[in-house]
Amino acid sequence: MHNLTIAELVKGLQGKEFSSVELTQHFLARIAKLDANYNAVITVTADQALKAAAAADKRLAAGNAPALCGVPILHKDIFCTNGVRTSCGSKMLDNFIPPYNATVVENFEQAGAVVMGKTNMDEFAMGSSNETSFYGPVKNPWASDSVPGGSSGGSAAAVAARLAPGATATDTGGSIRQPAALCGITGLKPTYGRVSRWGMIAFASSLDQGGPMARTAEDCAILLNCMASYDDKDSTCIDREVPDYGATLGDSIKGLKIGVPREYFSAGLDPDTEKAVRAALAEYQAQGAELIEISLPNTGLSVPAYYVIAPAEASTNLTRFDGVRYGYRCEDPKDLNDLYTRTRAEGFGDEVKHRILIGTYCLSAGYYDAYYGKAQQVRQLIQQDFEKAFEQVDVIMGPTTPSPAFKFGSKGDDPVAMYLEDIYTVATNLAGLPGMSVPCGLVDNKPVGLQIIGNYFDEARMLNIAHQYQQATQWHSLTPEGVA
Amino acid sequence: MSHSGWETVIGLEVHVQLATKTKIFSAASTSFGAEANTQACAIDLAMPGTLPVLNKQAVHYAVMFGLAIDAEIGKESAFERKNYFYPDSPKGYQTTQLEKPIVGRGNVEIKLADGSTKNVRIHHAHLEEDAGKSLHEGGFRHGVSGIDLNRAGTPLIEIVSEPDMSNAEEAIVFAKKLHSIVTSIGICDGEMSQGSMRFDVNVSVRPKGSTELGTRTETKNLNSYKFMEEAIVKEVERQIDLIEDGGTVKQETRLYNGDTKIARPMRSKEEANDYRYFPCPDLLPVIVSDETIEELRRNLPELPDARQARFIEQYGLSDYDAAVIGSDAPMAAYFEIAAEKSSNAKLTANWTMGELAARLNSQDLNIGKSPVSAEQLGGLVARIADNSISGKMAKEVFEGMWAGEGSADDIIEARGLKQVSDTGALEKIVVEVLTANQAMVDDYINTDEAKRKKKLGGFMGKIMQASKGQANPQQVNQILAQKLNELL
Repeated sequence: MHNLTIAELVKGLQGKEFSSVELTQHFLARIAKLDANYNAVITVTADQALKAAAAADKRLAAGNAPALCGVPILHKDIFCTNGVRTSCGSKMLDNFIPPYNATVVENFEQAGAVVMGKTNMDEFAMGSSNETSFYGPVKNPWASDSVPGGSSGGSAAAVAARLAPGATATDTGGSIRQPAALCGITGLKPTYGRVSRWGMIAFASSLDQGGPMARTAEDCAILLNCMASYDDKDSTCIDREVPDYGATLGDSIKGLKIGVPREYFSAGLDPDTEKAVRAALAEYQAQGAELIEISLPNTGLSVPAYYVIAPAEASTNLTRFDGVRYGYRCEDPKDLNDLYTRTRAEGFGDEVKHRILIGTYCLSAGYYDAYYGKAQQVRQLIQQDFEKAFEQVDVIMGPTTPSPAFKFGSKGDDPVAMYLEDIYTVATNLAGLPGMSVPCGLVDNKPVGLQIIGNYFDEARMLNIAHQYQQATQWHSLTPEGVA
Repeated sequence: MSHSGWETVIGLEVHVQLATKTKIFSAASTSFGAEANTQACAIDLAMPGTLPVLNKQAVHYAVMFGLAIDAEIGKESAFERKNYFYPDSPKGYQTTQLEKPIVGRGNVEIKLADGSTKNVRIHHAHLEEDAGKSLHEGGFRHGVSGIDLNRAGTPLIEIVSEPDMSNAEEAIVFAKKLHSIVTSIGICDGEMSQGSMRFDVNVSVRPKGSTELGTRTETKNLNSYKFMEEAIVKEVERQIDLIEDGGTVKQETRLYNGDTKIARPMRSKEEANDYRYFPCPDLLPVIVSDETIEELRRNLPELPDARQARFIEQYGLSDYDAAVIGSDAPMAAYFEIAAEKSSNAKLTANWTMGELAARLNSQDLNIGKSPVSAEQLGGLVARIADNSISGKMAKEVFEGMWAGEGSADDIIEARGLKQVSDTGALEKIVVEVLTANQAMVDDYINTDEAKRKKKLGGFMGKIMQASKGQANPQQVNQILAQKLNELL
């Protein structure tokens, strides 16, 4: 059952081939048995899941149940779940039980999806390797000595290891696409404003966006149908009709104009990864798409700009974790200052502290213009690069990451090397554009991803394009050794 | 103390709590006085993942203030985060406006005691959220501080004046004028004791004639005119003494305790926070359309200056009465209802500012909570005006109304207070009293003409006594004068 896609599970559930309780039990058993190998799940909510599954079975029996009714999923532990610990991968929130649901969580609950638990992640979504989690690193199902990517590494590994058919994730600078690429699954970061951020613990508010992870584009479409909604609780959410992302998956892509940015194939890109991506582009050509070389001249500025803007926003978003109202509090504080400094020194991990310091510095009097102000200007230039490109092409394609999954600890001492992991992904966040990663090959038996960048709110077309690729290739259905 | 060689420069920053039902970024109630932390929702507590949603009413109120002071309205304003750690600031930042405030430059004209007027320029006014309250220094258990977040997120406008005031009087008049404006247009309840308006006072001194500004201090969070005046006077003296003793004024933030009358420094410029302002990414720019501005302008309630002018014109009130009643929105509304009921505006004004205001004051009540309604007061004044009761009786009736005994007519009826105004009946009483007191009459006749007037009081007392206080005194006066004249 665990090798079935969500689309197939939906058919099976609606056709009464199996019940949601059976399905949920099956996945819960897999988590119980296998997750010790991956550390992908922080919290398992078996009792609640089985109750929800039983309720879903009733709805399914009554007919007219929504697509996701009875389908077990996992939520990234950044989405607040009413009554269930939401840690954000941090000691700071190890004891935090929200009294409310994120809108994304609420949407899945309304649809009758069965939540089996919460997935591991880099602390406060800050990381590209899942090594910064308070709960320990997640292991890549394809290579246990390698990272799954981050920050949504737990969701990606869980889907790759068939612990869940789909999971929610978030992407601030590549946190959906990069782990999706490194774990050989499909992930979509929607347009900024497409998915509500209410109840999604903020890292960098102007960049954060929730999105789905699954094995196929078709499954991502089913998940996004549920995830995307207008939400008046999030002022940056955009009031725009949510199309049926499944409806256009079968459309022909003949004549599709694919922009191939020169800057995404420069030095730093692993040659074997490039080969895999080029092969995917050739497949599109074979399907009748046209490849057009384009330039995104400010690509090189995206990582520096990102690593000013994201930490700046994070430094103030994380001020609320002060030990006063919830979360971790140091023992026996002497006074207010002691409460603040020890709570935060003990509650946050190194990478989070690192970024809070960078962000605080960038916003400080006398530095603001040179850092934050400049970075915002760069952000505009990057946005203009894309706007210009989309006058010429329908989508943009390139690698998701410069190379396949790296080994644990291999970038530990060099934050800049780690940050360059995001070189192809952060620009879309800065521009607010949707981006996707689709498995497109194996390098040293580790997956690599093809990145598809679309124009604003063009998720349906991107899913269609990815789906057409997956109809012709098998990369997305490969199973990591030992997973079976 | 000779401070004649110095002049004072004062600017005010005024925090005005907006009278919205809910908070500026959440749906929690803003009402005052609830049990601690019962009016703070997940957003106010800055729970992880929560997001602000701007209260449109707060924006409209801010625009209304801008229109009231004839200011430029920021058609696109923006919120920023002002970052600092403090337990009553749950997010660790205050969401406020800096670069793009909603209200730009404006003007407030103030009228001083000597009758002159002065223009105080408004630099800008911006929207922001209030903080919670920390409870310590005796307000809470020993060794532990408490935090009440009920106030956190209450919408404020901070009004920043130019340093256009040159003494405490001007500052107080300006503060009162702002109070009058914001209560008149209904954007603030004006309850100073509940912190609805709070004043930060920037004070500096300089040698007379100098055009350069001296170093200023800011005394924060004054919530009464009295404390404000005391704080200014003290601070001016402190600065002048300091400079005359060869010292220099340090730029610092100060606190003034109105109960102990002690002012002390809070933090100096060197210790000041770097607030690291930056645009709040959770909120979109605030766009106010021309249509909205025009609609708010059309529906803007009457401003105090216009109301005072109207009271003079429509009711024939004196400048003074119009100023006292017209500047106080609830009193003005009360007066208008009472005046309509009484059909005697002048007398209604006297009673409103006199007996009623005194009683309210003595019991620390605002006019909205008056036990005597405007209709009741109007009914009372009507009976005075038509001579049904004397002024003395009116006071007794007022007491009855205050005690909840009903309308003036009910009380007059119940207590048998009807004034005797029947000329025939009054003449009879006067003649009886004169006849019964021949010695007094003789004395009156034998007294010098110039001193006779003084003797009238004695007759009046006897007559009022004889009539059990119900004789109409004006009429008695006339009749008495006439009867005595006839005897001369």
